[in-house]
Amino acid sequence: MLELSPAEWTAVALSLRIAIVATAWALPFGIAIGWLLARGTFWGKTVLDGLIHLPLVLPPVVTGYLLLMWFGRRGPLGAFLYDHFGIVFAFRWTGAALASGVMGFPLMVRPIRLALEAIDRRLEDAAATLGANPALVFFTVTLPLALPGIIAGVLLCFARALGEFGATITFVSNIPGETQTISAAIYTFLQIPQGDAAAGRLVLVAIVLSLAALIAAEWLGRRATTRFHGE
Amino acid sequence: MTVLAVDVEKKVGALHLAVRFQAAGGATALFGPSGAGKTSVVNMIAGLLKPDRGSITLDDTILFEAEKAINVPPHRRRIGYVFQEGRLFPHLSVRQNLDYGRRLSGRPRNTSEFERIASLLGITHLLHRRPRMLSGGERQRVAIGRALLMQPRLLLLDEPLASLDAGHKGEILPYLVRLRDQAAIPMVYVSHIAAEVHQIATNVVRLDDGHVVAAGGVELLADAS
Repeated sequence: MLELSPAEWTAVALSLRIAIVATAWALPFGIAIGWLLARGTFWGKTVLDGLIHLPLVLPPVVTGYLLLMWFGRRGPLGAFLYDHFGIVFAFRWTGAALASGVMGFPLMVRPIRLALEAIDRRLEDAAATLGANPALVFFTVTLPLALPGIIAGVLLCFARALGEFGATITFVSNIPGETQTISAAIYTFLQIPQGDAAAGRLVLVAIVLSLAALIAAEWLGRRATTRFHGE
Repeated sequence: MTVLAVDVEKKVGALHLAVRFQAAGGATALFGPSGAGKTSVVNMIAGLLKPDRGSITLDDTILFEAEKAINVPPHRRRIGYVFQEGRLFPHLSVRQNLDYGRRLSGRPRNTSEFERIASLLGITHLLHRRPRMLSGGERQRVAIGRALLMQPRLLLLDEPLASLDAGHKGEILPYLVRLRDQAAIPMVYVSHIAAEVHQIATNVVRLDDGHVVAAGGVELLADAS
């Protein structure tokens, strides 16, 4: 009854792969953009801020449609990436990772930005007087101090990516073994007679994965905070 | 022999700083009431604040010269700085804090030097603790050790006792006097408390409202009080 069929396993493994790849790719960008928003003063900062938060407020179908327009094989970015790097997003799991990454990105940037804003800049000055150039200040002081925020951002992005449905199905469709994630598989199983049991099993898997991610992040976050601020 | 020569101007808020003084070896006190611009002056020496005009030289090196557009960044000045609030790195242990400057410079670990300074400052038993678990006096001693262990050409101390109560002040002052006599590192000591300066300083520069009003020996302190 609780045994997953090979097709269901495929959806679970694919979901995990997509969520992990999406989060891993989003992380460096998330730190860079979070840093720009926390520290930068430049023209168009409000626009950048708004642009990043757009996937949070737009209907996911709209985000998926825009991704299809830009990153489809004939879209301006999609064609460029294919011609120069041989990267294809349309109807591939890579496209699902892109869609989940874009959807999770605002959730990742926010806690990172807040963590960077909360850092005592005077500690960075102290590091500079001790001989740290700006890059070393960033990697030995700024980044470690922002770690609890980075962990929170990674978890939120991962959880969002794991559950993404609307943008993904619009952009890369619902192809078993390629783009059919847990969410898409549950949706598919519910459309067919006798699909309830399979859908139920995947629902259970989704709950377990989300809880595990939550507990892991909580534990990691607490460990990081304890290291800096004691009990 | 002149070690440090400062001749700078800077507008800081409503205060117009125009400060000119020279310091030889030993401990030079920047002495004056709060708001006189003392911290701004040491920040300019450290490279954390850029003067509007003027120059700063240390030994034969020009650290800042507005006319030649020279402004050595703080990480290349090798000037130790003990801040009023210590500013220890909360994510590192005491030992890692002390080691921070040496590790960045890539110099090999010098165990005897490390132990000498740790025992001079009485912090040998604290090495495994986190800054949060230290008392105010311990924290300040670690901050002094951290600045010393980077082998600075000059040591800046900005009211290092200000955050401490009377008992802990008495705990640190003797260390600073020992430091002045044992380590051949010139010091600039910022304070607004005459008694403190009297114990530490070999020279005094009196600052008021952004200007040097007197410079000389510790006898200047008598006029102040």
